[in-house]
Amino acid sequence: MKISDYLQNSATENVQKALEIAKSKQDFGALLSLTEGRALERARAVDAGEFEGRLKGVPFVVKDNFLAYGGPSTAASKMLESFSAPLQATAIERLEAEGAICIGKANLDAFAHGGSTENSAYGPTKNAFDPQRVAGGSSGGSAVSVALDIVPFALGSDTGGSIRQPASFNGVVGVKPTYGTVSRYGVVAMASSTDTIGCFANNSDDASLVMEIMAGVDVNDMTTLDHSWADTPSFTRKRVGVVKQFMTSDVDEEVRQATIRYAESLESQGYAVDEVDLPMADYSLAMYYIIMPAEVMSNLARYDGVHYGHRADNVTTLAELYGKSRDEGFEAENKRRIMIGSFVLSSGYFDAYYLKAQKARTLLIDEFKKLFENYDVLIGPVAPTPAFRLGENTQDPIKMYLADVMTAPASMAGLPAISVPGGLSNEGLPIGVQLIGNYKTDRALLELASQMEGIA
Amino acid sequence: MSVYDDYEMTIGIECHVQLATKTKLFSEADNDARDKEPNTCVSPIDFGLPGMLPVLNREAVTLAIRAGKALNAEIAKVSRFDRKHYFYPDLPKGYQTTQMYQPIILEGYIDAPLDDGTLVRVRIHHAHMEEDAGKLTHFGDYSLVDLNRAGTPLIEIVSEPDIHSAAAARAYATELYRLMTYAGVTYGDLYHGNMRFDVNISVAKRGAAQLGKRAEVKNLNSFRSVERAAEYEFKRQVDLIESGQEVVQETRGWDDDRQLTTSQRSKEDAQDYRYMPDADIPPIVLSEQDIDLALGDFPILPGQYRENWKDLHLDSSVVDAVLEHQSVASVLNSVVEQFGAGDLARRVFNWFASAQASEISIDAVKSGVVEPGRLSELSAMVGEGKLSSTGAKEIFLELFKAENRDKTAADIAESNNLLQVSDEGAIAAIVDQVMSDPSSASSIADIKAGKDKAIGYLVGQVMRLSRGQANPALAQKLIRERL
Repeated sequence: MKISDYLQNSATENVQKALEIAKSKQDFGALLSLTEGRALERARAVDAGEFEGRLKGVPFVVKDNFLAYGGPSTAASKMLESFSAPLQATAIERLEAEGAICIGKANLDAFAHGGSTENSAYGPTKNAFDPQRVAGGSSGGSAVSVALDIVPFALGSDTGGSIRQPASFNGVVGVKPTYGTVSRYGVVAMASSTDTIGCFANNSDDASLVMEIMAGVDVNDMTTLDHSWADTPSFTRKRVGVVKQFMTSDVDEEVRQATIRYAESLESQGYAVDEVDLPMADYSLAMYYIIMPAEVMSNLARYDGVHYGHRADNVTTLAELYGKSRDEGFEAENKRRIMIGSFVLSSGYFDAYYLKAQKARTLLIDEFKKLFENYDVLIGPVAPTPAFRLGENTQDPIKMYLADVMTAPASMAGLPAISVPGGLSNEGLPIGVQLIGNYKTDRALLELASQMEGIA
Repeated sequence: MSVYDDYEMTIGIECHVQLATKTKLFSEADNDARDKEPNTCVSPIDFGLPGMLPVLNREAVTLAIRAGKALNAEIAKVSRFDRKHYFYPDLPKGYQTTQMYQPIILEGYIDAPLDDGTLVRVRIHHAHMEEDAGKLTHFGDYSLVDLNRAGTPLIEIVSEPDIHSAAAARAYATELYRLMTYAGVTYGDLYHGNMRFDVNISVAKRGAAQLGKRAEVKNLNSFRSVERAAEYEFKRQVDLIESGQEVVQETRGWDDDRQLTTSQRSKEDAQDYRYMPDADIPPIVLSEQDIDLALGDFPILPGQYRENWKDLHLDSSVVDAVLEHQSVASVLNSVVEQFGAGDLARRVFNWFASAQASEISIDAVKSGVVEPGRLSELSAMVGEGKLSSTGAKEIFLELFKAENRDKTAADIAESNNLLQVSDEGAIAAIVDQVMSDPSSASSIADIKAGKDKAIGYLVGQVMRLSRGQANPALAQKLIRERL
């Protein structure tokens, strides 16, 4: 379903329909809560003419790490199981100001730590194409909500691939914008230097509209960019690079074929396609799994059982209060990252790990910069395989981390990257193609993707 | 010679200065938590709610730049914030936002005057911006958290270990206080902890190549306690060494009631703060214009005043007293500028220095009522013999009163009958009356016998009969003529 399909109906009709589908698809575990009361109330207000806008009466869902009115904001963790936010994320506020209506909160890996939505404290989200398989993650619930046509768009956050990979696994468009494009205010922080707010939609034009509305400077987030969506130029050089490091034999053959098909379609539209070299891409995963856990350790330090969130019972000392509250409130993957982060920042190791990773990050950014001197866009696969089976990787964290190998580079460099549908595997599973652009070329990237829809 | 004379102390001081901003360092919450109910000056940012991001208060940056100028320091063109991690209930985010790697204020120095007027130069290693934590109050089996102070902007000024006596430690702390209040960096409310000192002290035999192990006495909030703690630690550490024991590197607290330091935690308990750059706050990038703008209306600092007043040869206690209030120093400086560094100005300094705090109104000085013109007129009248020193002091205090706003010193002298009578004829009549009084006979005899001091009694009688208005010098002259 397209956003335009909703604009003709009454808001109440749209919201009721969305709630109905959501309930009928409960088995997928895509949504953690429905904010039914508030959604219907707002729908009536929209229908009464109190709101006008480009998303008038259009329902949507947000990943449950966005603070929102009308229900708890849990980040799919036990830690925040009963946390009700006194304020709402800037991204949601901007969409609501255009008449959109948030109907619920989507499942995720707890605190957005994971690539399958299996780390949710409330059970996994199942793949929209095959319920035996994972939704991808961490924004799995949002991707599946769009793929199941519960809503025409959904919000997610992408720190190392958390929008692109589930988009790829569920055959929808997923947008990770240039770092700083959309305010992070009101979104539970994971890794501050790479967290981005983006969206899922069924087509690139819808995604572009949603991004345009959310984008721009927010006084509550000092890292937001003066990034006027509409004013950015279109691609004119018509040159595309296929990243060599993303096309090795470590990547599933069918997945590589999807990228090759997309490249051929681009050529058919007059684009010159070259294979390009991005050597630092091979180190991106390593730097990501040093820098990200460090920032995770820091951003999760506030969940201590003292001020809000889960607080352990029957404790006698302060240390016990901290230890037990955090032990009970966090999932295994949260704890793993806290420990890695503490280690890489600890006295005596900071230079060897954290600082070195930051230096490598600078080299990666330089390599991207050089490539964008000649190319409009770089392409490659999103993830090494289509959606894997539930439980397949849960015992092997490294294998799970390797799924981020092609999404981490754009995150480390802060570049815009999108996942677009690139056909189905022989087993009928969606395969995505990743398009990476230079800074602030987000709109042009989605414009190109839109032109290719129906061709590729 | 005592054993202590063989040792020298080495002190470095870290000072936390609370910035006089309207709002907190990263939120819009009120920065003035004095007399406020607990947890009423707190925003979701200070509370560390999920998804909250810091928004840097530019006013705090302006004040940090002014602090840097007062410290004779270079301001970093690029500085950054970092996170210092530890768990404590008064630290809602689980980390303190501070500047570990790239502070805003680089190397500097201050010259602190000792009681004898000599200056001790103490180098500043750096000073950085950071946020304060909240406050924890313990009751029997529970504790309460108040986050009103959480997120209050501070700068921490870190000195080099250039201080070698307790008196110099006090002088440094005092001068730092003057500099920070003069530059408008802080309100300087010591009672409410606006400036807090951590004193790092070690002792070693004089001339030793290596410094001893240091102890850090934390959270001193008065100049006197800085001095006392340094004195106490010096003795304690020397005693330990002399008795064959070792000084332990540790944090100690100052017990003001018992006037001693107590151990709080040793180095073994030291935490690993896992410092990390704060990606939520872009670097502070300052151009020359930004810095110039922040330094607009930068005031004259105490050091410059001392230099300006050098030729008055004032006692250091007088200088310290008048420097206590910036407005007083400013008025006095104008007196010196307009009327020179002579007796006229010196008298005005002494009036201010000897006045009790309750007798004068600093607001009246600030408002310009007590201005150089009126003060110099008053001082000139003393010089001309028109007023006794007691009379002048009385008028000086009258100048502060609102109802006297439009009156000159001469007006007040007249209306209060304080003008000295220098009319020889009028005083001669009183002198004659005193000399002929039988009760004066013994004094007159004493003077004639060579006990010159006895003349004081006769002058006193003349003053009494004239109700204080007789010029005492003239009275004395007339008495001598009649002996």
